[in-house]
Amino acid sequence: MSGATPHLALDRLTRRFSEARAAVDAVSLEIAAGELVALIGASGSGKTTTLRMVAGYEAPDAGAVVLDGRDITSLPPQRRQFGMVFQHYALFPHLTVGQNVAFGLEARGVTRTERMSRAAEALAGVGLAGAAGRPIQSLSGGEQQRVALARALVIEPPVLLLDEPLSNLDPTLRRSTREELRATLRRLGVTALFVTHDQEDAFAVADRVALLAEGRLLQVGTAELLYDRPANREVAAFIGRSTLVAGTLDGDRITVQLGGASRSLRAAVAPGVPSRGVATAVLRPDALAFSPPDGRDAWTGVVQERRFAGALLAYRVRVAGDVDLELHSTVRDVQPGDTVWVRVAREPVAVVA
Amino acid sequence: MSSRAGAKGTWLFVLPVLVVLLWTVVYPNASIIVGSFEHGLRSWREFASSPTDREALRTTLVISIGSVIASVAVGLPLAFLLTRVEFRGRRLLSAVATLPAALPPLVGVVAFLFLYGESGVVTRGVQALLGLDHAPWTLNGAGAIIFVHAYTMYVYVFLFVSAGLERLDSSLDEAASGLGASRSLRLRRVTLPLLTPAIAGSMLLVFMSALGSFSAPYIFGGGLRVLSTQIVASKLNGAMDLAYVETTVLAVGAIAALILLRWFERRRTYAVSSKGSAVRSRLQSSTARALAPMLGAVLVVILVLPHAMVILVSFARDGAWTTQVLPPEYTLDNFRRLATDTDLWVPIWNSVSMTAIATALDIVVCFLAAYLLVLRRFRVRWLLAILVALPWAIPGTAIAIGLASTFDRNSLLGARVLLVGTFWILPLAYFVRGIPLVSSATEGSLRQMDPSLEDAARGLGASWWLTMRRVVLPAARPGLVAGAMLAGITAVGEFVASIVLFTHANRPISMEILSQLRNFAFGTAAAFSVVLIALVLAITLIARWAEGRWTRAEAVVIQ
Repeated sequence: MSGATPHLALDRLTRRFSEARAAVDAVSLEIAAGELVALIGASGSGKTTTLRMVAGYEAPDAGAVVLDGRDITSLPPQRRQFGMVFQHYALFPHLTVGQNVAFGLEARGVTRTERMSRAAEALAGVGLAGAAGRPIQSLSGGEQQRVALARALVIEPPVLLLDEPLSNLDPTLRRSTREELRATLRRLGVTALFVTHDQEDAFAVADRVALLAEGRLLQVGTAELLYDRPANREVAAFIGRSTLVAGTLDGDRITVQLGGASRSLRAAVAPGVPSRGVATAVLRPDALAFSPPDGRDAWTGVVQERRFAGALLAYRVRVAGDVDLELHSTVRDVQPGDTVWVRVAREPVAVVA
Repeated sequence: MSSRAGAKGTWLFVLPVLVVLLWTVVYPNASIIVGSFEHGLRSWREFASSPTDREALRTTLVISIGSVIASVAVGLPLAFLLTRVEFRGRRLLSAVATLPAALPPLVGVVAFLFLYGESGVVTRGVQALLGLDHAPWTLNGAGAIIFVHAYTMYVYVFLFVSAGLERLDSSLDEAASGLGASRSLRLRRVTLPLLTPAIAGSMLLVFMSALGSFSAPYIFGGGLRVLSTQIVASKLNGAMDLAYVETTVLAVGAIAALILLRWFERRRTYAVSSKGSAVRSRLQSSTARALAPMLGAVLVVILVLPHAMVILVSFARDGAWTTQVLPPEYTLDNFRRLATDTDLWVPIWNSVSMTAIATALDIVVCFLAAYLLVLRRFRVRWLLAILVALPWAIPGTAIAIGLASTFDRNSLLGARVLLVGTFWILPLAYFVRGIPLVSSATEGSLRQMDPSLEDAARGLGASWWLTMRRVVLPAARPGLVAGAMLAGITAVGEFVASIVLFTHANRPISMEILSQLRNFAFGTAAAFSVVLIALVLAITLIARWAEGRWTRAEAVVIQ
């Protein structure tokens, strides 16, 4: 972040559940006011623990949570005033939709008339106008998610935390809900940190994505940055699909030899990679394309698999004994067993250590 | 879940709860064990070499094992019948199947005396029918005790196994039959193995109850000695050290059974299934279809008979019922006397007030304990879990002896208060006996609550108090009400601890029934029993009303 103090900052947050390994290991992250940041990672990567430390449910062993320059690490959850949407929503089953949404206002001593009208307003904001009197049990999964969101937003929190808010929804509902979620958060200008294991959710909702693995923060940036310029092999492997191939780096070019053919490509080298010597090129399926036979800049190989994926077809092409390139193409008339030529259609390619 | 909130605040609650439990549960029982070694090993040697004590120990074990076998023999088939088979009268039988559990222990025994005792209705009826000179049987000794136990304790087996069968994944049975398994093979290889934890658990429960049972051996034992009655006899004889040894032996046996039970309960989880719906089959053969309702009718009569008998005898004129099959004269005098004679009011008022005090204490302490056990993490959680379960294992007689030996003097240093001989000793005993009932039911309710609800409330800015009031308490309420109801029912009819601790001034209904029986005032004894049954019913209704009222109050707020 440049310039102003970040709105919310995680400063080397660390949490150990056992001596052997830190569940969260010195994670630092800065979030600007109004920004949507997604925390992604495989299960067990420490993302939920990180979120719970930010919310105050879990005490860090080291590090700090800073809001607007103020250290709030020792504040209990109820004094942080953050809104949180839980994975299973944690809606109070014995209260109505309206009472659930109004609960945070009740805690703040808001009068009943006012809290009911504000709850109704918040519900309207998530497209559930008139649902205040309904019991929680009558709601569908998507509706529950929206009530949980309304309940978190009605207290006008400085920061909204969302723990896997979409993971309980079926795929179709999930797609429409995440669009709504982004639209709602954008409209209200909320600062939000949300945890997900699904990169599509992260890409669709967040301004920036932070990738965690084994408690460590691997890279933070826009989805495009993580996709096009992964900081290391782990990021390249986790984000999107890719074929990682070895090459020889020389300044801003990398030479990749596959089968008999050696090709020189423009390289976008990740920080910390020595400018000369053996390195890894990240070949994304959408950066590869079929080439006319005997193409000068192409590798040749045999199609192993052809998979229909809607707008595109996904091909797996064996270009060397142990290397299969994955390739997305609109070309439809290639079949398994065909010999084809494949070239890099978009340069530079990302190079990691 | 919330480890942060747990840090400091938790100890504020853990400490007082632990202090109360250590003082009222552990301390008295520890002082019994210490007391048993007061003269070194002498009392233990005396116990080991005394033929009467050896006999009491043996008889206790024989009766306990016999009660287990008899309870399984009744409860297991009944559970299968009612969950697996559809027949006419099934609903009625289901409704009355748990009736024996609602009978206060002494009332059940009294009813059996009226029914199957030497001058009981059924005994006389059979005698008259067959034209015998003597009663065809005597309700005496081990057989009689096991008979009474089977009647009241089969309910445990029935409830455990029924619950197990309801939970059983019917797809497992379907899968087995799809693989070609016959009905008997499925029962042997699929159903029974899955039910084993439930069956074993209920067997242990019966064993524990029979081990500590006092009323039946006391009334029907005749010359028979069991540990619980032996303890009271030793105490009456002033042989307190021997009573301590006997109490220790009894309590250790029961605690061992509890530990085994807990182990089985942990294993039971695998029987919990994703989807379980017991499918009731219709009977195939026409003979079975004809017999089942008849068998059901007989069972219903047997189950309802004790209640009916107590009610009938409560209208019998005292002293008029001698050799006839049924009491010859009926009157409202017994109840009229109960209503007008203020002296007879005393035990009723005593039972009600002592029950109210004990149950109120149970609610406060056990709600906190359950809250801590389910929603907090702290170092001595295991200790709290043991403390709330302990009074369940320790027989009532042992609890009473412990309280009697601990709260028998004022001693600041020994943390003792003189309660023996005062009104307060009985509410204390009832409180202790109610602890496991209220805390386990409340724990059950809280476990069903999503722990993130508490986090959510606090995250929304709710204070600890508001979170408790609006989120935790409503979640705990069903269990708290049910547990308090059970504790109240147990306390209002309590007999086992009362007989050790009561004074004339605080005598509860059960002691009054006993003294009326001793005066052969059967009608009055039965009238008191009816009052007791009515009180049990009233407590049940209050619990229902409490549950309903809260639910309605919630509904009003919704508007």
